[in-house]
Amino acid sequence: MISLSHISKIYKADVIETTALLDISFEIKKGEYVAIMGPSGSGKSTLMHIIGALDLPTKGTYILDGENVSKLNDDQLADIRNRKIGFIFQAFNLLPRTTALKNVMLPMVYAGVPKEEQDERAKKYLTLVGLGDRMDHTSNQLSGGQQQRVAIARGLVMNPAIILADEPTGNIASAQAEEVMAIFQKINDSGHTIVMITHEHDIASSAKRIISIKDGHIVSDTKNNKQRKVKS
Amino acid sequence: MEYSSIISEALITLTVNKLRSGLAILGIIIGIGSVIALISLGQSSQKSIENQIQSLGANLLTISPSGSNAGGVRSAAGSGTTLTLDDAKAIQTSLQITTVKNVSPEYSRRAQVTAGRNNTNTQVIGVYPAYLDIRKLAVSNGSFITNRDISSMTKVAVIGPQAASDLFGEGVNPVGSSIRINGQSLKIIGQTESKGGTGFNNPDDTIYVPLPTAQKQLFGSTSLSSIVVEAQNQDVMTEAQNQIGYFLLARHKLTDPGQADFIILSQNDILNTAAQVTGVFTTLLGGIAAISLLVGGIGIMNIMLVTVTERTREIGLRKALGAKKKTIITQFLTEAIILTITGGFIGMLIGIAISFILSSALSLPFTVSFTAVLLAVSVSGAIGIIFGWYPARKASNLQPIEALRYE
Repeated sequence: MISLSHISKIYKADVIETTALLDISFEIKKGEYVAIMGPSGSGKSTLMHIIGALDLPTKGTYILDGENVSKLNDDQLADIRNRKIGFIFQAFNLLPRTTALKNVMLPMVYAGVPKEEQDERAKKYLTLVGLGDRMDHTSNQLSGGQQQRVAIARGLVMNPAIILADEPTGNIASAQAEEVMAIFQKINDSGHTIVMITHEHDIASSAKRIISIKDGHIVSDTKNNKQRKVKS
Repeated sequence: MEYSSIISEALITLTVNKLRSGLAILGIIIGIGSVIALISLGQSSQKSIENQIQSLGANLLTISPSGSNAGGVRSAAGSGTTLTLDDAKAIQTSLQITTVKNVSPEYSRRAQVTAGRNNTNTQVIGVYPAYLDIRKLAVSNGSFITNRDISSMTKVAVIGPQAASDLFGEGVNPVGSSIRINGQSLKIIGQTESKGGTGFNNPDDTIYVPLPTAQKQLFGSTSLSSIVVEAQNQDVMTEAQNQIGYFLLARHKLTDPGQADFIILSQNDILNTAAQVTGVFTTLLGGIAAISLLVGGIGIMNIMLVTVTERTREIGLRKALGAKKKTIITQFLTEAIILTITGGFIGMLIGIAISFILSSALSLPFTVSFTAVLLAVSVSGAIGIIFGWYPARKASNLQPIEALRYE
């Protein structure tokens, strides 16, 4: 599903080179639930950008769902993000003053999905995340947890190869964070691949596999035998 | 992405910040409004001049003396003394000239005219009876100059309504009263009907006297200031112009047409000149108004740049979710075009209203040209594209990571 081989990312400002990632290689198979952990400055955000096709590696090859992402232009990357990746951001990033339904429809608008199908699929996924009764609420009328659930529905609606979550519970209260984690578990159980970036052990422990990185290197890549089951 | 959804989304975004959108289009409203108002007014005044000149007679030729060549010094056109009454009579009677219906010799000067204690500076024209017919004048009161007045050089005058009210007061019948011009007393025998002219050569502000009286008794001249010729119809204007031209050249013993001591102008020539002058003014005023349109366009660009900065995160999100460059450009360009076309439409209505009010205040014919309307819509649309392009491109070039991180 995902294959990174010898990925390096080097930022160049004038003459000073900063190495954010150095020779990272790993694979993620379909249906996995992976947490990428690391302290701030470890390079986990850079790694997330590369996995999310938001940025290109300086060196190495990245294959996502059979497509080589390493050498694509801006518009091709946009297309890959649209079809293959479901983003879930720390700050939710919903369109302001726009209904939950319209927010979930947005990726389908860019994909050119017919109007009726957009409506139908958006409603289906909003119901899945438990917001069937709040579809016409605008994003500012929803709580943090609810907004993140709208974002999850938006991430799922294109049926992407992977769900890429960046600190998904960082901005929400802990009770609501549990709800979000429960949904993650539910969608992983139904076969979706999830890659989650976090610095919280508690959150990471709900994943099946934990990759720890530090200073641009992988320190450990272990199966999480004590996967924490979240009550839904 | 369908265009209808792009437009509806743009409309929602624009109505969220009504004050800002309103201020942004204000510049376009003022720009388009003033362009339309000025162009319409220019066209109205052009039309009014055309009407005025047409009403004076469309098949008239005016022969004026050109500047005289005296010892290499060429004096101003119209000031020469090369046209005489004999020329006029010869044109009338010549067998070579077949296209002329009527000839009116004229001698005109501006003079100080007094009546009792009132006085005015006005145009005094020495005329033949034919003048009335050729110039399409009518006498509302009393009678016009007759052949007897010409032959016996009587001291009589016919007065225009404007000159009459200047000298005798509004509504007073001037017929039978006397006026003095250059120390000579003249009896008023008639008053002409108003023709509604303005400015110089206004037939309403003119005093008509018998030609010999004007030449010999008032101003002491033997030449004519012009000979107005009425052609048989409008189709023979050029022919008449040529016949008279060659006839007068021969009469004045000139072989080279470049040496002609007279000019023959048709009403059409005068019309074209007048139209050219107003055309230049219209263009100039329109140009000044267009500058305000340019400023309005810069205002749109400014607002759009602010919008792009404000919505950096939103743009980043859209790109992360799969919006291509073209989609982002279309989105922001659509917003800019909606702003400018709305402004253009409102400006057009205001411009039409202003030109309506002004043209009725200045008693000009009110015209709204289809061109002006088309111009308003297309120019405002073009402004949206031109000034919206840079902000839209800037938005589309934002990198999603940078944009998402933007606070």
